[in-house]
Amino acid sequence: MQKVLLGVEAIAQGAIDGGISGVYAYPGTPSTEITEYIQNNKYAIEKKIHCKWSANEKTAMEAALGMSYAGKKALTCMKHVGLNVAADSFMNAAITGVNGGMVVAVADDPSMHSSQNEQDSRYYGKFAQIPTLEPSDQQEAYDMAYYGFQISEKFGVPVLLRITTRLAHSRSVVELNEKLAENNVSLPKNPRQFVLLPNFARIQYQKLIANQKNFIEASNNSKYNRYVDGENKSIGIVACGIAFNYLMENYPDGCPYPIAKISQYPISRKYVKRLSEETDKIVVLEEGYPIIEELLKGILEKENVSGRLDGTLPRIGELTPDSVAKALNLPTKYGWDIPEIIENRLPALCVGCGHHDVYKAMNIAIATYGDGRVFSDIGCYALGALEPYNSINTCVDMGASITMAKGAADAGLIPALSVIGDSTFTHSGITGLLDAVIENTPITIIISDNESTSMTGGQESSAKGKIEDICLALGVEIEHLHVINPVKKNHEELVSMIKKELAYNGVSVIIPRRICVQKNRRDVKLRKVNISNTKKK
Amino acid sequence: MKTDIILAGVGGQGILSIASVIGIAALKNTLQVKQSETHGMSQRGGAVLSHMRISDKPIYSDLIPKGEADLILSVEPMESLRYLPFLAKEGYIVTNTAPFLNIPNYPQLDEVLKKLNTLERTVLFNADELAANIGSKLASNMVILGAATPFLNHINYESIQNGIVELFSKKGDDIININLMALQIGMEIANKVLD
Ligand SMILES: Cc1ncc(C[n+]2csc(CCOP(=O)(O)OP(=O)(O)O)c2C)c(N)n1
Ligand code: SF4
Repeated sequence: MQKVLLGVEAIAQGAIDGGISGVYAYPGTPSTEITEYIQNNKYAIEKKIHCKWSANEKTAMEAALGMSYAGKKALTCMKHVGLNVAADSFMNAAITGVNGGMVVAVADDPSMHSSQNEQDSRYYGKFAQIPTLEPSDQQEAYDMAYYGFQISEKFGVPVLLRITTRLAHSRSVVELNEKLAENNVSLPKNPRQFVLLPNFARIQYQKLIANQKNFIEASNNSKYNRYVDGENKSIGIVACGIAFNYLMENYPDGCPYPIAKISQYPISRKYVKRLSEETDKIVVLEEGYPIIEELLKGILEKENVSGRLDGTLPRIGELTPDSVAKALNLPTKYGWDIPEIIENRLPALCVGCGHHDVYKAMNIAIATYGDGRVFSDIGCYALGALEPYNSINTCVDMGASITMAKGAADAGLIPALSVIGDSTFTHSGITGLLDAVIENTPITIIISDNESTSMTGGQESSAKGKIEDICLALGVEIEHLHVINPVKKNHEELVSMIKKELAYNGVSVIIPRRICVQKNRRDVKLRKVNISNTKKK
Repeated sequence: MKTDIILAGVGGQGILSIASVIGIAALKNTLQVKQSETHGMSQRGGAVLSHMRISDKPIYSDLIPKGEADLILSVEPMESLRYLPFLAKEGYIVTNTAPFLNIPNYPQLDEVLKKLNTLERTVLFNADELAANIGSKLASNMVILGAATPFLNHINYESIQNGIVELFSKKGDDIININLMALQIGMEIANKVLD
């Protein structure tokens, strides 16, 4: 059977067909649709494959590891920076190894289309010393998810599946395999496998190290890696993941240079060695950081290697067919320049969004204290950094608003403000709030609650209906906890509320709550569909 | 034979539906298809871009190289100009001339249209108006798609019609018919300009 699928959907379908019993994830572009696809897939729903969102990537990774412990196959997905959050669990899962197969699908975002950095997750694969897969097209994305679980179970370790934005959000025809059954519950044979006390951990780590030669062997024999010989030996090309397609785009009738196509890591020693022996110079094409280039070049630079480090390719940003053509000295085409009159359409808060009301009030309330004291976070409300509000001074990583405000207040920047969304608050804000409460740090925290995870498309927010209870339970004083509807008629009240709490020498939490306009629109639509469906029945 | 199309517009203007219809039609004709699209930040009222590639041979890159697009198909005039570096020297621009005004510094519309008129191969018309005339402003994107049909080489008009029927099958006959009408209007306009 064939289906037209986005790269991310191909991963989801591959995992379903590969027999997963659960997907655990927190949304993040460009990884979100992996989980959403499974949530909406008929077969997955029938089979009751677990697919509810987790509170953050760490809880997701750990739940997946738990499912693997119990013998079943589990998928966990996140965007690249999500893997930082889950890194503790990820690194240690490499040591425990798995029982049921486990695939960690991570979507990187070179060029930072919707991210705060462009880190390359292949480093994490290398860091954890586990097999890493990097598909070059939608079919491989599907196959790697499907076979990823088999590789994971064969070697007893989690497998990292890395894609980048371009493949994640491009669709093409994918050929599907037969569906594999889920595993039954079964405990790990070794009862100490998952007990990482130093004594046992050393044993597990030894196993992982001993396994390395098997991983290399697997890469040498992987069907995703291949050596394509060419007549012209002046250059040898290492083409990783999607870079292989950009290369072939430039040589539709066949590339004259020998190519090592790399889609499974650790990198195949066999192919790279042959390139080195048979060609004069190696050009490395990789989407992301110059990992392989650096590795081949080495500090001693005994090998003639070029790529992103020597300027053959741009040092940053995603590859394009054009940048690859230039790297190989091929002629490129060009249409016309973009006329000067063209303006950017910067993303902006939607008309009617509650975050508008929050920033309008906050800007007035804070005016007497002077600039530079608003610590914000990641989400739609981060657009408050732009015109017309210019309200926020930081946006770093999820949860950092509360903790950075605390550090700044500790340094003497009093009062400091924090602006955080509801989903970001449950993702990583709660622990920071506890820190602040324990020391009664003079900060005012605005949890701009739109009852939705909006930046990524309006997923359910795990905090919904629980935020006040969470704050109170952490020790926020009830006199300094307020909920308000951020609408025009409450503007004055919100201004004076913020003013009053800024003057208080301790932790205050203000929760302006109004549902996201877009989320509401979708919910209403859904309800209508549901009602008409019930009527039909 | 291959056709490379840059689809342009603003979030919510329906360029992904255009892509879906062309995609369905291409597959029915057993052609290869790759279609990349922008998600995430750019959807919040930002520019939306899709690279659509159709061929009877394998397609490698998900992105169209610069200077190789046979067609820029745009539901918004300024957006059509944003991707000019991608247009082939012999390529065409088919665009709606009705602006989508969601930024304070939108350039003078005259200037935008003047720029478009300096280019030789264009099909320019107000699709919003035409769609409104048949009673559904929402079908503006299908008028634009109609105007693209003469450029779709190995996909004939009927396959595109079938694509619309398939895409909107759940929405009922009225919606299907309006979209087919919109398609027809666009096709006729383009043919008139090209004659
Ligand atoms: C570690 C990490 N995970 C996921 C993301 C992707 N992401 C950015 S904003 C956001 C949701 C924010 O939701 P919320 O805080 O409720 O704000 P809203 O967008 O609804 O205003 C997500 C999931 C990220 N940037 N970093
Ligand atoms: S999607 Fe929702 S939260 Fe984001 S800007 Fe629009 S209304 Fe506001």
